[in-house]
Amino acid sequence: MPNNESETMIRFLARRRGNWTDWVSWAWMVFGTLAMFVPVMWLVLSSFKTQSALQEFPPGLMPTGQKQIAVAGYDKPLPVFLVPLADGTKGERAMVRRVGIELQLVDPAHPDGGLQRVKLADAVQVRELHFAWENYLEPLKQFNFGRYLSNSVIVTVTATALTLLINAMCAFALSKYEFRGRNGIFIFIVSTLMIPITVILVPAFLVVTRLHLGNSLWGVILPPAATPTGVFLLRQYMLTIPDELIDAARMDHASEWRLFWRIVLPLAAPALAVLAIFSVVWRWNDFLWPLIVLNRENVFTLQLGLASFQGELQTQWHYLLAMTVVTLIPVTIVFAFLQKYITTGIASAGMK
Amino acid sequence: MRAIVRIIDWPFEALQRRLGAARMPYVFVLPNLLVFGIFVVLPMILNVWYATTSGIELMPAQRPFVGGENFAELLDCGNYLVIASCRQDRFWRSVDNTIWFVAFQVVSMILLSLITAMVLNRKMPLRGFFRAVFFYPVLLSPVVVALIWKWILQPDGVLNAIIVGQGGQRVPFLLDPGWSFLWTVVVSVWAHMGFYVLILLAGLQAIPPDLYEAAEMDGTPPWRVFWRITLPLLMPNMAVVLVLGLIRAVQAFDEIYVLTGGGPGTATQYIVQYIYETAFAGQVHILGLAAAASMLVGGVLLVLTLLQLLASARAKQ
Repeated sequence: MPNNESETMIRFLARRRGNWTDWVSWAWMVFGTLAMFVPVMWLVLSSFKTQSALQEFPPGLMPTGQKQIAVAGYDKPLPVFLVPLADGTKGERAMVRRVGIELQLVDPAHPDGGLQRVKLADAVQVRELHFAWENYLEPLKQFNFGRYLSNSVIVTVTATALTLLINAMCAFALSKYEFRGRNGIFIFIVSTLMIPITVILVPAFLVVTRLHLGNSLWGVILPPAATPTGVFLLRQYMLTIPDELIDAARMDHASEWRLFWRIVLPLAAPALAVLAIFSVVWRWNDFLWPLIVLNRENVFTLQLGLASFQGELQTQWHYLLAMTVVTLIPVTIVFAFLQKYITTGIASAGMK
Repeated sequence: MRAIVRIIDWPFEALQRRLGAARMPYVFVLPNLLVFGIFVVLPMILNVWYATTSGIELMPAQRPFVGGENFAELLDCGNYLVIASCRQDRFWRSVDNTIWFVAFQVVSMILLSLITAMVLNRKMPLRGFFRAVFFYPVLLSPVVVALIWKWILQPDGVLNAIIVGQGGQRVPFLLDPGWSFLWTVVVSVWAHMGFYVLILLAGLQAIPPDLYEAAEMDGTPPWRVFWRITLPLLMPNMAVVLVLGLIRAVQAFDEIYVLTGGGPGTATQYIVQYIYETAFAGQVHILGLAAAASMLVGGVLLVLTLLQLLASARAKQ
């Protein structure tokens, strides 16, 4: 609502005197924005630094590397230094080789002009913005991050599709039929909200093992697929769909399944969308349950891969930071485009 | 595409011919109930068996029954004021840590969320943007949250660079018990407060504006408006926030496990980590103790959940 926003802005600015609480409010919001975003921005900036740049202390703000320049007559690009010149000024010269504490440099503009010799102590590296994309590409090749990524995508997509289907079926029966045990089933489902996974870790692991789902993605997908919040949300929405639509279709001899699949499901699309957003975020971010079910490295999800990679002795931060950024991309996209639905969903249903 | 949809239709229509239309609702609820039954209710029952048996076997039939021995071992202390005198001192250490964590985390989170919600409730520009800002970390995964902060808090990290730049000494944030505890609280508040801001904001927006207008006409001072109007009318939402915050703080695990691993030593080891490590991560898997401990946690959570139901029932009135 850009109109509304600018109206508030004008009214805000047009007031005769700013009251001190306005200043406090603004200070709080600016501080909050920095506190919430700066850590993430720092992660993203750091993830583009080379391994050596990451070891600098104090760290620079932007990802930089030594400027390199292609000089005619040399196969490889040469590193550039700022050095004192014969006329007393300073200029950029490309280093051809280093001999002890002496650098041998060439003028990139006149590569034939001969070598200039400068003491290492007098030369300053010329730095420029440099994004270390290799941080992102190497872990996908060298380590199993490609595999973790695909496992995470498989789990998220399959689990969300399954959650939507079985929760919608259940909500449909609970909202559109009168049958014995209906209220009992509804209360039972809602009461399972009270049993968080932390309370049943050991026996849930046994059940998954006995079903031969240990170290399999299905062991991660299935147990949390039936969500009480999902059934509750969908049921409340389906109650608002008029029964006349269903009765009319039943007159035309549509099967019960068709009533669900062709009539109620399309009409419940807004509620399904909200549940889909939540399910994607839950599943993508899931940690404790996959940690217990998945012990073999080739079935790890991204979260498990990251956690185990960071626990290794010599943490390779340049790869770790880049993979962390990859992991936060999907939820950031969800946030950027759908945050309005999420925030209103939470305000009305109080779920996470 | 049509053909694919028909293939999904077919088995359900065949079922309807076999069972009759009246039984179809049961078919619809069945998949969900099966998943709940197998992965939630069955484990609930089995948990009691694990908690009352001993040994390291996973298979229930191979576990000897010991009655309340696991609970007795957990609760056995020479002197209840000295954690080291307990048989399971790691359990008591994590209970103690969890209580401190819950106290600091919930109080600071509610205070900060309340201030933020009140500021967001004012008619100020960019409100939608600011509301979203505070919510963003809620969506991040615990592992990502932990790694973001681990990178900042490192000995060579940016926070230490700032401290050294100001002429201070480097602080080993995650290697010092006190600092480490403090940062688990800060990181946890950072990651979760946006959710509570939304709930409190919804409560603030439900307060009728004419109450404030009347107070303004009477010239009531702002602090009095806060104590007499805002806070009493916000109480139902405050209660929900308090109980939900407690329930989640008791179960704190993911981001702290990745950030500190429970260390240094056991300084930031909380109760869920105790359960996880006792059952799965150690050399021997002491499933009975873990199950008994999780039943105790379950009891605490049950009390808190009943409080929440009570609070939301009162909120509806």
